[in-house]
Amino acid sequence: MAKILIPTPLRQYTGNQDTVEAGGATVGDALKSLTTQFPDLRKNLYNDEGKLRSFVNVYVNDEDIRYLSKEATPLGAADSISIVPSIAGGR
Amino acid sequence: MAEAALSKEEILRYSRHLIMPEVGMEGQLKLKQAKVLLVGTGGLGSPTALYLAAAGIGTIGLVDFDVVDYSNLQRQVIHGTKDVGRKKIESAEETMRDINPHISIVKHEVALTSENALGIIADYDIVADGTDNFPTRYLVNDACVLLGKPNVYGSIFRFEGQASIFAAPGGPCYRCLYPEPPPPGLVPSCAEGGVLGILPGVIGVIQATEVVKIILGKGETLQGRLMLYDALNMKFRELKLRRDPDCPADGKCTKIHGLIDYHQFCGVPQQSAEAEPPPPSPGNIEVTDLKAKIDRGDNFRLIDVREVHEFQIGRIPGSTLIPLGELPKRLSELNPEDEIVVHCKMGGRSAKAADLLRAQGFKRVINVTGGILAWSDKVDPSVPKY
Repeated sequence: MAKILIPTPLRQYTGNQDTVEAGGATVGDALKSLTTQFPDLRKNLYNDEGKLRSFVNVYVNDEDIRYLSKEATPLGAADSISIVPSIAGGR
Repeated sequence: MAEAALSKEEILRYSRHLIMPEVGMEGQLKLKQAKVLLVGTGGLGSPTALYLAAAGIGTIGLVDFDVVDYSNLQRQVIHGTKDVGRKKIESAEETMRDINPHISIVKHEVALTSENALGIIADYDIVADGTDNFPTRYLVNDACVLLGKPNVYGSIFRFEGQASIFAAPGGPCYRCLYPEPPPPGLVPSCAEGGVLGILPGVIGVIQATEVVKIILGKGETLQGRLMLYDALNMKFRELKLRRDPDCPADGKCTKIHGLIDYHQFCGVPQQSAEAEPPPPSPGNIEVTDLKAKIDRGDNFRLIDVREVHEFQIGRIPGSTLIPLGELPKRLSELNPEDEIVVHCKMGGRSAKAADLLRAQGFKRVINVTGGILAWSDKVDPSVPKY
């Protein structure tokens, strides 16, 4: 099981959990398991074509999956996934 | 540039810098010769401006057109209670001058736009972005990329902050991190989502630190790293931030050729302080008309779609709370044949609720223009504003 770190803006869709355990051999599998557990998250992570939204970045440990194998990036048991959406607040 | 030197007073003032080898006289003179532009003098801009003024940055530009409001004082520490109603830029300047009379402060009392951004930023060495919306974030980024000026970035939401450096020579830019903005409404702003007042202090001070390090040319900056700060769990993390491989390593971002219409890019209508309220339509109601409706004893349901903690601050009598996020699951509590009047804080969320209800077959749905803030302004001032 990989650990998925949920950012503040998305915690309203995970029952306020900041960490969710999700199984899967790849990042895509783990995110699928996450959105199965929390279906409301799906539209915030994926667009209508089922692709990850371009204002949501996904990291395995500290590396952006766009520079690994994207959603096919393999996951080890000790890996953690970070979902990092853009936030704009400053005032 | 004229030979800069420190006066006796400045030497005393900066003595704790001058005795450190990483700064010393040479570094302090670099700080004095530096020109830094702070976009926004709000949550992030306040601590950044205070510390950069104290550190002796020779020229600090301020961009802001806003006025100090009571709801700013919980975090915008450069402004005080006496400043409520004053221009932020004036209030910020006064505080900075009090901290350090040896620096120049340049005031740009404008909203940064595609028309003026390049002209304003061109005069500075470094930009610190403390804005609060996606259109301005992309504008600042693109202008910094085009001009080759480092953009020291900070962003906050509730208990969570991000910081990095964009557009430094050879480094990634904001578009490498997020090629496109979120569609409007999907990512709440601080005004909608709230923010811990201390959070911008931490992130703004990180920005100030990075500005000083860039000027001194010392240490390892945040270039190529995205710093994440979670105040609730008191955790700092960092992620690798890479330059988009499609961008030439020694050249400009391939996506940015000039400044564009950023409101259009972000899918949000141009916001203006003097914006006309939307024209009356059958789907909208003014708060005064809502009051008349209640007083007449009209038969309708008044639904408040704010969050429970907002409901606890104040409410319109007779309203039922169904937060927007719960509405799809709680439709069974409403009768599609009833007249349903929806309201929120300012009218944005309730407009979404009205759309949602109409799409679900509710025939008579009315949105309260201006929400409970308008109610407080025009009907019942005893309802607190927040």
